[in-house]
Amino acid sequence: MAVMSITRAEVAHLARLSRLALTDAELDHFAGQLDQIIGAVARVQEVAAEGIPPMTHAVPVVNVLRDDVVAGCLTPEQALSGAPATEQGRFRVPRILAED
Amino acid sequence: MTDLAQLVPYGEALSRYEPVIGLETHVELGTATKMFCGCPTTFGLEPNSAVCPVCLGLPGSLPVANRAAIEFTIRIGLALNCSIASWCRFARKNYFYPDMPKDFQISQYDEPLCTDGWLDVEVDGRAFRVGIERVHLEEDTGKSLHMGGATGRIHGADYSLVDYNRAGIPLVEVVTKPVAGTGVLAPEAARAYVTELRDLLRCLGVSDVRMEEGSLRCDVNTSLAPRDAADWGTRTETKNVNSLRSVERAVRFEIARQAAVLDAGQKVVQETRHFHEDSGSTTGGRSKEEAQDYRYFPEPDLVPVAPARDWVEQIRASLPELPAARRARLQADWGLSGAEMTHLSNAGAVDLVSATVEAGASPAEARKWWLGELARRANESGAELSQLAITPAHVARVSVMVRAGTLNDQLARQVLEGVLAGEGDPDAVAEARGLAIVSDEGALAEAVDAAIAANPDVAAKVRDGKTAAAGALVGAVMKATRGRADAARARELILERLS
Repeated sequence: MAVMSITRAEVAHLARLSRLALTDAELDHFAGQLDQIIGAVARVQEVAAEGIPPMTHAVPVVNVLRDDVVAGCLTPEQALSGAPATEQGRFRVPRILAED
Repeated sequence: MTDLAQLVPYGEALSRYEPVIGLETHVELGTATKMFCGCPTTFGLEPNSAVCPVCLGLPGSLPVANRAAIEFTIRIGLALNCSIASWCRFARKNYFYPDMPKDFQISQYDEPLCTDGWLDVEVDGRAFRVGIERVHLEEDTGKSLHMGGATGRIHGADYSLVDYNRAGIPLVEVVTKPVAGTGVLAPEAARAYVTELRDLLRCLGVSDVRMEEGSLRCDVNTSLAPRDAADWGTRTETKNVNSLRSVERAVRFEIARQAAVLDAGQKVVQETRHFHEDSGSTTGGRSKEEAQDYRYFPEPDLVPVAPARDWVEQIRASLPELPAARRARLQADWGLSGAEMTHLSNAGAVDLVSATVEAGASPAEARKWWLGELARRANESGAELSQLAITPAHVARVSVMVRAGTLNDQLARQVLEGVLAGEGDPDAVAEARGLAIVSDEGALAEAVDAAIAANPDVAAKVRDGKTAAAGALVGAVMKATRGRADAARARELILERLS
């Protein structure tokens, strides 16, 4: 099995993409955890032999399509009913980008 | 490096550097429903009224692909001379902006539906073949209002408000291969490509291609390298370039800006830049995510798409006559030169002239009005020809009235003005404004006699054989009749009386 190693820098990069603020201690902690997870999943590579094509589904089904016909929607009230905050009939979300 | 004073003048930049451009065009498809659910795609609905558990990404909901959207994408691919994949999958593109409530967008990654085609465009009589890298299908994102900032932009905003009506509308992305060799014509070539693509999409009936409503949006890639360099330079991607004119301006600006960066011995940063409509400039945005940052993986909630070959051939057989072929045919029918046809095409007048000819005008008459008086008026109001409040049938009617001698050109212009002002159809305007050539010989003769009597000096000259002087008398007749006289007939009468 190929030796995997998730570095702290990679976890920090992932955290930035996910907008998560992690402490140094957390970075170490998650790097170790992620390393174990990746290692476990990577064992699949030991099994996958040549000549077996990669698959995304257990069943070989293609072309499940729907006709272009309008179906029912939620009302704006229903759509917004679970939102933590709303304004002007819209979902209100916190600041997206920091000022830079 | 966005200080306008630091830009290198365009011509100078092009004397030292060679540009390479690339365009990514997003097109909202004109399907009735969204890509993966049955919500309507209607523009301008009440916020969050065209949403459902699927496009809101609620737990337990599952997407199902829209057959019409896949057919439209294949139509586009075939019209762009692409190969159509016999099997392909959707992919999840993960990112953390609230414009997609799922925290990912369903897109296509390494298995696009259509690949490797081309579109021919013409600029200043030069033909360029723009290579098409891929045409893929994805879903559009929601629309955000950024609140609390000074500019309404995402930067500096306190919070944002999101409407998900647009989230999930089928969106096709057409990506070109890098376009090199356009040299100084790069901005015009970029514009010509988007124009040709827009006309093609409209002709295919797959989108309403309204740039002002965002159903056609462009990202423009530009790079610059020294003329003798072996490699291309680092490219920037200018986002949200939403008019044909802006496409041209964005490329022009980036060339001037990047030349200044390179002249200063600095490196062009690979980044996403924003285009500013008011100043025609671009400013740096976030540095671009690498593809791996999106953590693409095959969408597990959808099964692969494998278009049957006979379906693809059926779609190919149903393609309409495409704009380039149509232009060639009309050019031959109308007996125009290549330059005349290009002029017509660039003015956005091909369809209008064609419809005017079908409504009874000659090609020459139709061209004359659309490229003359009407182009002037469209230009004055900053509108496209097709947005003017006049139909090809109106223009054809005016042409017929001129041909029949009921109107002369000057009166015809007044009739067109009336139609544009919403006063009714050409006949109604002519009647209401009293615009018709005075065909009553008696009334004309009276006006001629009055003009001669009022201008004895001029009349004397004409009597002495200086017939050129008769023009002044014709002018007096036209003035007296408020332009409604037949000038040629008035001249005949004047010369008869003074001979």
